[in-house]
Amino acid sequence: MGHHSNWPEWVYIGVVVALMVWVGAEAWNAERLVEHIPADAEVIKVTGQQWFWTFEHEDGTKEIGELHVKSGKAYKFEIMSKDVNHSFNIHDYVVLLDAVPGRVNTVWFAPMEVGEHDIQCREYCGLIHYNMRAKLIIEEDESS
Amino acid sequence: MVLELQKPRPIWQIMFSTHHTDVGLLYLITSLAFLFLGGALALAIRAELFFPGSQIIADSMTFNRMFTVHGTTLIFLFLLPFASAVGNYFVPIMVRYKDMAYPKLNAIAFWMIPPAGALIWLGFADFTWYATPPYSIISAPGPAADMWIFGLKILGISSVLGAINFIVTILKCKHPDMSIGQVPLLAWSFLTSSLIVLVAIPTFAAALLMLLTDRLGVSGFFNPAMGGDPIAYAHLFWFTFHPEVYVLVIPAIGMMYEIIPRFSRKPIFSHSSGIFAFVLLSMVSFSSWAHHMYATGMSFTEKTVFMIGTLAAVPASAMHVFNFIATMWNGRIKFATPMMWAVGGIALFFSAGAGGVVNAAMPLDFQTHDSYWVVGHFHLFVMGTIAFGSIGFLYYMFPYVTGRMYNERMGQVHFVLSFIGTVLVFFTQHVLGLYGMSRRVYDYPPIPEWIAMNQIATVGAMIIGVSMIIFLINIIYSSGKGKIADTDDPFSLGGKYYWPYEAKNPSH
Repeated sequence: MGHHSNWPEWVYIGVVVALMVWVGAEAWNAERLVEHIPADAEVIKVTGQQWFWTFEHEDGTKEIGELHVKSGKAYKFEIMSKDVNHSFNIHDYVVLLDAVPGRVNTVWFAPMEVGEHDIQCREYCGLIHYNMRAKLIIEEDESS
Repeated sequence: MVLELQKPRPIWQIMFSTHHTDVGLLYLITSLAFLFLGGALALAIRAELFFPGSQIIADSMTFNRMFTVHGTTLIFLFLLPFASAVGNYFVPIMVRYKDMAYPKLNAIAFWMIPPAGALIWLGFADFTWYATPPYSIISAPGPAADMWIFGLKILGISSVLGAINFIVTILKCKHPDMSIGQVPLLAWSFLTSSLIVLVAIPTFAAALLMLLTDRLGVSGFFNPAMGGDPIAYAHLFWFTFHPEVYVLVIPAIGMMYEIIPRFSRKPIFSHSSGIFAFVLLSMVSFSSWAHHMYATGMSFTEKTVFMIGTLAAVPASAMHVFNFIATMWNGRIKFATPMMWAVGGIALFFSAGAGGVVNAAMPLDFQTHDSYWVVGHFHLFVMGTIAFGSIGFLYYMFPYVTGRMYNERMGQVHFVLSFIGTVLVFFTQHVLGLYGMSRRVYDYPPIPEWIAMNQIATVGAMIIGVSMIIFLINIIYSSGKGKIADTDDPFSLGGKYYWPYEAKNPSH
């Protein structure tokens, strides 16, 4: 103890702190942009229950296990649960938010390309959690 | 320094003893038994996931029960009791006191563990180690769930009693000639982690009781159907269990602080920065709990606060890594088994920490949260860092406990296989998470990349399994028939100044 100089440790700590400040600032800025929901986003009500997903569009049409959306449009998911906690996840679009009974959580996304993607549950919810899946089907927008 | 077991004694003499080395031995044997039990469950889980579809486990409920008991066992019945074993053996010697401050309390704290372990294993609950409501209230089958709750309650009380004992032993019973700054870093690690236990555990203890009354239907704290809020449970749980991560990791770092200077044949680079980093870690451990909850629907401001709190823990952890590397720098390092485990553990600690920074950054967390990335991430901590430090320390204390030497070659093979296995399992699981595989799943769709990575992980787990069998044979055989150890210098390191606490108290 005490027989060495401490400046390398201080430089090292400084570098680590600077790195963390950079990571934090970048993350803060990115999250701020990601969370800004466009005003014209169409609302889709998502309900999780053991062990399937139900979707309700703005015009009142309901879907179970499949979700049809149009490419190039923004959608806002209002996520609810009827029983226990679930987590609504479209991994390919980094859509992830818990479905908590008694709460409505919102997240948005805007699919750009026609295609099919998996929807899954990411929060443990019991017996068939592993197969609580649905399909996201992105179609061409004919109205535009 | 000799820590008992030199001459054979009847088992009841050890069982009813309150002497710190006897209680330490009981902790040690219990924790190792649970290591092998919990590890066997891990191998079964990995075997099941080798292919999509049902393999060796008949149904998803059994699988869910297995990963729940696997996690509960290895955290509460292996890592925590193992740290208590080390603390029992070394803390009184390091502060130069004849025993723990309260020997009877010490024995009571230990004897709470076997019944708690029995409750957890006989119940075999399914609601994950996180017991998340409302699932745990309205859906989880009893009596398994209730037995788990009582088991955890008992373990919590045991932890608090142990923590009080360590704190009093270190602060009040240390030799009057010794200032608090001179207390060795291993003892310091027990002081800081025990302080965290005292502050953190009561919150979960309350939450457990509330969970129980919710299950009985007489309250609705976390049940939305009765006006409760499941997110309140998440806050209470993580307020205890994020700091608990540090309760586990700080003693492991303390053990590395014991091993690294010995086998580098150099004094620790900076004793004071080690103390500083321990104290800092124990404080910032309370500032980051809700980073586990970004996806529960937290506001942007809340997330920002907990991201900053999380990133604040990085410099203190980095100070430890610096201290280790600076100590080894220019040292005459002897890579005996304990040193290999400690150095491997530090490398994996660094990787785990780097992954943690990714999780903490808000937008990236939505990529990794509740995926296999998280499984890989925290296993790099609990297995790669904490278990590596602990197993290294077990080899290190082996000659002092048994008076015999373990087989060095088998110890090294154990390390090499475990290290390869750990990297294969948990690095692969990070990638698997980025591909989107959800955690806690019994089955997965047959996506080629998922299958390949699951198989790599399973092979890695089996390699760890083989290494653990070698370990078991080594410790059982060597404790009875190993070479008699030279307890003054069992690792032939030479020099006496590595034993500061002992040199002043040679007759202990």
